[in-house]
Amino acid sequence: MEVLMSIVVGVLFSAAVYLMLSKSLLRIIIGTGLLSHGAHLLILTMGGLKKGAAPLLGEHAEVYVDPLPQALILTAIVISFGVTSFFLVLAYRSYQELGTDDMDQLRGNDQYE
Amino acid sequence: MNNLIILPIVIPLLMGIILIFFNKQIKVQKWLSAIASLASIIVSIVIVHTVHVEGIQTLEIGNWAPPYGVVLVADMYASLLVLTTAIIGFTSLLFAFSSTTIEREKFYFYPAVQFLLLGVTGAFLTGDIFNLFVFFEVMLMSSYMLIVLGSSKNQLRESLKYILVNVISSALFVIAVAYLYALTGTLNMADLSVRIAEMGQSGLLTVIAILFLVIFGLKGAIFPLYFWLPGSYQAPPAVVTALFGALLTKVGVYSITRVFTLIFYHEPSFTHEILAWLAALTIIFGVIGAIAYWDIKKIVIYNIITAVGVILFGVAANTQNAIEGSVYYLVHDMIIKGALFFLVGAIIAVTGTSNLRKFSGLIASHPFLGWMLFIASLSLAGIPPLSGFVGKLKIIQGGFEAGEYTISFVVLLSSLLVLYSVMKIFIHGFWGEPNKEAITQTSPKGLLLPIALLLALSVAYGFGVEFLSPYISQAADTLLDPSIYIQAVLKE
Repeated sequence: MEVLMSIVVGVLFSAAVYLMLSKSLLRIIIGTGLLSHGAHLLILTMGGLKKGAAPLLGEHAEVYVDPLPQALILTAIVISFGVTSFFLVLAYRSYQELGTDDMDQLRGNDQYE
Repeated sequence: MNNLIILPIVIPLLMGIILIFFNKQIKVQKWLSAIASLASIIVSIVIVHTVHVEGIQTLEIGNWAPPYGVVLVADMYASLLVLTTAIIGFTSLLFAFSSTTIEREKFYFYPAVQFLLLGVTGAFLTGDIFNLFVFFEVMLMSSYMLIVLGSSKNQLRESLKYILVNVISSALFVIAVAYLYALTGTLNMADLSVRIAEMGQSGLLTVIAILFLVIFGLKGAIFPLYFWLPGSYQAPPAVVTALFGALLTKVGVYSITRVFTLIFYHEPSFTHEILAWLAALTIIFGVIGAIAYWDIKKIVIYNIITAVGVILFGVAANTQNAIEGSVYYLVHDMIIKGALFFLVGAIIAVTGTSNLRKFSGLIASHPFLGWMLFIASLSLAGIPPLSGFVGKLKIIQGGFEAGEYTISFVVLLSSLLVLYSVMKIFIHGFWGEPNKEAITQTSPKGLLLPIALLLALSVAYGFGVEFLSPYISQAADTLLDPSIYIQAVLKE
């Protein structure tokens, strides 16, 4: 199962890199979304995908699931959610202001030199 | 256990929230944020004193004993940086009061500054590597807001790149934390250090160490990863650039220092050697940029990169002198970069341009501004007895002790070029025939006070080395001997 998850993570990462290397701003943002999905799945996989009881004091099980990766993922998801929505709004605003979403035309710094 | 050390985090947090409700009453916002920053300074001074007298202070949040819960750790290094952050925060606010436009103030400028200070302070104080990530994100979110506030075309374009770079580095941070957790099963920095010392720093762990170097290097702007910095830092107003230049990059530097002195210190011949050469290249490229540009903001921005290189070289050399030097230099650089960006902001306010070719002879109408720039330049280059001198001296001394002769010479040579790059502003902007049309605006009275405060502090820092040295060497001792930190956190 870990191997399968690792492959999924790899596929997500490569799709993210491909999208982020494109010129359209919207694709880049989707790419960052995929990248963070990949990172979250990676945390889950790295914590070990073992089966076990819920990590509560009352339970008397042989094995417990490691709760920490889930807490980490929850935090990271919330953060990436916030950042992505900010990024989307910013992209829309800059499209209004600059009239393009093509990264090629957004390069350089025409104000100086 | 000491509840005091959470105060520098809680004060800006509460104040940031309160300020959101007063977004139309600018006066109230100004007063409240100034009071909060003053309170932070006082609390930080108390923390520095407590750490000096009683040793490292820790706070186990929610009473979860480390390594299970998140722990805040105030060692001397972190406390000094928290104090400097509070001072920079206060002076930036003073500068912002008379330089920020009303549109920005109405759109949550002051809450964003408070949240930025919260993130920076939290990053310094936390003892948990995932919590470090969280504070990084708090800091970055407020920086995204500050960099784009105003929505000029240039700002929008540069913020897109700035956010993209930081989103990628955040994803890498999460990935690195995941790998580290898989290998060690812990996220508490002290516990990580213990476990890695027990199991040995294998090849995999060294790879993770380099991954951390890449992540923090992106934030701290070291050699191949600084490409985003000059463009992004130039877009927002000077006060925001001052906050970024004095605080954000330094958080990256702090994290590199912390990680490579506390956790990954077992393979110095590999990791520290890479760090040393990256530092040298950072210095060289920073200096080239600083000399090449005729835009005063760009010149100072490239000087941030040079300083990052100098500080990291001290960390890489890893001797008592070098580490002490880098602590000295880090605090010095935060103060002086704040002062320099304020000066740039004041010059732009006077002349209306940041292009050095478009104004000259400012000294006739603004002598005070001119001489402050002169002092700041000398201090930046490290002319004795000003504040940059001791740090550089110790770093180079440490570099020689560690046998890194080439890079030490690079640091020495860079000082001259740094001096030239800032003196260029003084010579071309302040000497010569006064260019009457360029100097239209009135005297920037309110802007001079924060600059004078920071410069006075910088001069005092230079002259008061004798008084400061016990604090600095205490910081260096903890960095050099991880067991002090570990003992304070895990209490074994």
